[in-house]
Amino acid sequence: MNYEQLLIELISNDNRYFVMTAENRAAMRGITNQIKNNFIDTGITEQTMIGMAAGLALRGRVPIVHALATFLTMRAFEFIRTDVGIPNLPVKIMGSVAGFLSEANGPTHQAIEDVSIMRGIPNMNVFCPADLQDFNLGIKKVLQHDNPFYIRYLNLPNVVEHSEFEIGKAEVFGNGKDIAILVYGMLFTQAFKVKEILEKKGYSVRLLNLRTLKPIDETEILKTVNECKLIVTIEDHFITGGLYSILAELLLRNKKTTEVLPIALMNKWFKPALLNDVLEYEGFTANKLAIKIENYFEEKNF
Amino acid sequence: MTEEKLYELQQTSLKVREHIIRMSGNGGCFIGASLSCADLTVYLYKEFLNISKETLNDETRDYLFLSKGHDVPALYGTFVELGWLEKDRLNNHLKTNDFIYWHPNRNIPGIEFHSGSLGHNFSVAAGVALDCKLKNINNKIVVIVGDGELNEGSMWEGLLVANAYKLDNVLVIVDRNQFQANLSTEELIPLEPLDKKFEAFNCAVKKINGHNFDEMENVFNSFPFEKNKISVVIAETVRGKGLPSIEKRADRWFVNFKQEEIEQLIQELHGNAKANLTSETLMVR
Repeated sequence: MNYEQLLIELISNDNRYFVMTAENRAAMRGITNQIKNNFIDTGITEQTMIGMAAGLALRGRVPIVHALATFLTMRAFEFIRTDVGIPNLPVKIMGSVAGFLSEANGPTHQAIEDVSIMRGIPNMNVFCPADLQDFNLGIKKVLQHDNPFYIRYLNLPNVVEHSEFEIGKAEVFGNGKDIAILVYGMLFTQAFKVKEILEKKGYSVRLLNLRTLKPIDETEILKTVNECKLIVTIEDHFITGGLYSILAELLLRNKKTTEVLPIALMNKWFKPALLNDVLEYEGFTANKLAIKIENYFEEKNF
Repeated sequence: MTEEKLYELQQTSLKVREHIIRMSGNGGCFIGASLSCADLTVYLYKEFLNISKETLNDETRDYLFLSKGHDVPALYGTFVELGWLEKDRLNNHLKTNDFIYWHPNRNIPGIEFHSGSLGHNFSVAAGVALDCKLKNINNKIVVIVGDGELNEGSMWEGLLVANAYKLDNVLVIVDRNQFQANLSTEELIPLEPLDKKFEAFNCAVKKINGHNFDEMENVFNSFPFEKNKISVVIAETVRGKGLPSIEKRADRWFVNFKQEEIEQLIQELHGNAKANLTSETLMVR
């Protein structure tokens, strides 16, 4: 089922669901007529859209709002924090082309602090699916949840069959003990290939597709930290406030430390280009990531 | 309006103003803006809005959003007179044992949404209005905004969207007391001609004296002013209305009066001698 079919199904079963967009119709272009009683396009007005979503939620609706992740989470940040976060209204915030997915748009369109700022809002949860299948497995539970959610929306094909989804539970691949890769969002696909490359070279690897970054799967991560020599975090996000920070907070909270290699955007915006060229230039292809991880592992002489 | 009705409204307003004055000590409040909209809140809740203690959560009730927020003492004073809030709870103003502080909190019965950050509640109200329209509920969604609040771009952005979807169940009331925090609006960010600005956004605009109940009755009873248009009332008001010693003064925005000043102000409210005010005004901004 694609996203448009999902929206139609949700709305036909439950009139509370209400689709909103700030003129970012990519995700529902083909169905706006079919869902017209549960749909509004507010134009290029992220703040007004969020305010209206809060009003609709006060009336018992579950608004699903859409815009480019960067404008949605930053232009409308105070509206999300104040009108959705404070009253804990079940508004579902779909940010599109987050992270590297903004490709050649340039830094204005690069939502690479979205996880950081959204998870900082009390009551707000964060879902970053790996691909379209992962998104489809998780989205119903996310939409049915009582709290607000920020979602890194994407529709990329899957390279592996995903398992059943549960909010706050990571999806674990393998039980390797040398290297554990923690990843979320579109970079899962690269990370999955990294695992294969490293395993061919004889390393014992496990991979955690975190799915929800808030709530985070603390139990699984602690188990991984206890069992693996090196933890690698991979994210198309600034180094500040994302997965690396989440891991650091989690370790400190549990009075632990471990060997961690963070791979993120180190206080810089990325080079705008088509996706494959971005990954190549910034060193996020599976091959480049594997080399980086292998070199680091060998340097450490575990 | 009958003499009787007018007298009753005036007496209620006097009581609400007393509550506001009593909230202006022990930490203080935004007295000027509270006094400027007190007659409006009294009229709207007593005469205009279809809402009562029994229907506070009714799906078909009318809504009032106090977008400018810092004038919430006027609302709490009104709620006390309506019997929605026990008078004693006003003594909890700024105390941690209650939810009564400088801006509205939804835990107080009758408060539809929190505010304080300006330029938010219009879009929240538009969301409520959209849902009511879609459900064919024939109710009124009122938003009181400050004139200083009209500096916020989100207010005008919201009007564009509300107009596009013809939300004519929305009534915007501007508490046009001519002041923002520290300065007069015309001195800092001029708004005039304000009616023309709203008209340019396709609103139907009427002006009233925001302290005259007869005018309120005439104008509010003609809501919605025009089909498919957002109605806007520019209510010309006086900051600090009812207390000549602080009326129209830029430096009486936020005050924290001493007990003896409060007692003098209550006397002044009832037409007795002017108060002798020595407390300095806090400049919060």
